Amino acid sequence: MQPLHELPAVADGPKPPAEPKPAPRIRRDRFLLLAMLPGLALLLTFHYLPLLGNIIAFKDFQPYLGLVDSPWIGLDNFRVIVEGDPVFLKALTNTLLIMLLQIGIVFTLPIALALLLDSLLSERLKRVVQTILYLPHFLSWVIVISIFNELLGGSGPINTFLRRHDLGTIDIIGNSAVFKELITGQVLWKEAGWAMILFLAALSRIDPELYEASAVDGAGRLRQMWHVTLPGLRSVIVLLLILRLGDALTVGFEQILLQQQAVGVDASEVLDTYVYNNGIVQSDWGVSAAVGLVKGLVGVALVLGANRLAHAFGEAGLYRREAR
Amino acid sequence: MRGNTPTGAIRAFKGVLLTVCCALVVVPFVGIVSTSLATREQIVRSGGFVIIPDEVTFSAYRALFTGGVVPRAVGVSVFITLVGTALSLASTTLLAYGLSRPATRAHRPVLMLVVGALLFTPGIIPGYLTVDLLGLIDSYWAVILPVVVSAFNVVILRAFFMEIPAELVESARIDGASDRQIFGRIVLPLSKAVLSVIGLFYAVGYWNAFFGALLYLNDSAKWPIQLVLRTYVVNQQQLGVDQVGTTELPPQEALQMAILVISIVPILLVYPFIQRHFSKGVLVGAVKG
Repeated sequence: MQPLHELPAVADGPKPPAEPKPAPRIRRDRFLLLAMLPGLALLLTFHYLPLLGNIIAFKDFQPYLGLVDSPWIGLDNFRVIVEGDPVFLKALTNTLLIMLLQIGIVFTLPIALALLLDSLLSERLKRVVQTILYLPHFLSWVIVISIFNELLGGSGPINTFLRRHDLGTIDIIGNSAVFKELITGQVLWKEAGWAMILFLAALSRIDPELYEASAVDGAGRLRQMWHVTLPGLRSVIVLLLILRLGDALTVGFEQILLQQQAVGVDASEVLDTYVYNNGIVQSDWGVSAAVGLVKGLVGVALVLGANRLAHAFGEAGLYRREAR
Repeated sequence: MRGNTPTGAIRAFKGVLLTVCCALVVVPFVGIVSTSLATREQIVRSGGFVIIPDEVTFSAYRALFTGGVVPRAVGVSVFITLVGTALSLASTTLLAYGLSRPATRAHRPVLMLVVGALLFTPGIIPGYLTVDLLGLIDSYWAVILPVVVSAFNVVILRAFFMEIPAELVESARIDGASDRQIFGRIVLPLSKAVLSVIGLFYAVGYWNAFFGALLYLNDSAKWPIQLVLRTYVVNQQQLGVDQVGTTELPPQEALQMAILVISIVPILLVYPFIQRHFSKGVLVGAVKG
């Protein structure tokens, strides 16, 4: 804010007596410039300053020396990645497995759900179903996991029912063998309704005449879906896939952290929990920052690569190539 | 698809499918509310989870609200939500408005910074170090400030502002209105719907704040409701006389469910407003853009 204070004085200086020049742009736009300042300052402090903080990945961080004075150690912190530290490898494998599961199921099921809902004839029924299915998106992970624990846990209604009928019990919560399926189910419960919104919006913009024309040409319902509906959804699907790829290595951090105690590290360690446990809990700052940095860079590379691929297939993607 | 009349069997199949989907969401809520209101005898009889209470008691809520961890945590969460949402709305709106006026000098580099923030997310460790560096550990500001500006919301709001007809702004300017007057008297009133949706999104985010609080609030007296929920519901720590303001303890199941209900109620209260506005407000802009 400081530099701007001096400006009015300059601008208020003696004006030429003849036709008044238009005020300098910086004075004319004073309000707009000041308006952007708080948001910009926060963005710089909490988004770009931390980016600089990534230099910790190249340092032997000593808390008492501070970030600036800690000695540089080059790429030493990146050794865990290259040399395949077992805990890191476990985290990487789990991350990739969960990612595949989530792109396979959590990405495709909402499309099916949107198709189902779109095929309903009653507007009111559609709205009621949507209102119910969106709701879990607004609940925090702590709430969602609490709900799952209460329902599927040892004293939950399902196990109580099984016990009453002498059918034994099924252990879903705290069972490391089904942990990946459990968290996928949780993501589905929380986000499937929300994820279907954009698909629904895209479906509503498909020209009904296309369906009529294809019906005249003798296309059955399945052929219509293949030749009219899915092409109509294509650009949204591509866009969301690109966005998803940017977060591909971010698989349910809060969600997993909350349940790690119950199932153990082997089944549940992912890259983000590795960075948190190793860095913040055990104070191995440099190595964790190195892993976090590589993860972030891979994410950016995936987005840019996927976007390029989308262009190659003639889709607009996230941004256009001709962008200024 | 549309235009065809489905056969009876397909309609029945769809009906079953949708009923199951909706039941999967609704039934847990009913069970949680019911258990929080059920009597000890019924909870014991049903094995810990009650679908329909045969007698209603508010003893769990009374115990929780007499004192102890829950009222304090609710107070913290309300504070974080109110202060955070106000700051978020103000800074996001102003930044988006500045960026929506192409004549503004410097608007392009700032726009690049906003879009860059979408692409490059700071890692957990550098984020923590920044908050530490600023001396915000154990302060509520550590939970609020890092998330005050969401670049995504700035982009959406900017797109909305840019769709306000230029003639409207120009005619106001000819009448002698300053940028500030145009913003306050024309732009803001036209944006009520979209601002209320974005404000509610922010509010939900602050109410749900978990990881920031876990990272930065070491002092458990400062915990918001989500951390209380983690400790006493997810991690199943017992709520004893020290955590509740009374010596007459209702069953743990009822207490846990009651905390869960308390953490969900604010979301349920604002949900209808989000629902009503977001389809025409935010979504339209997002799909077009």
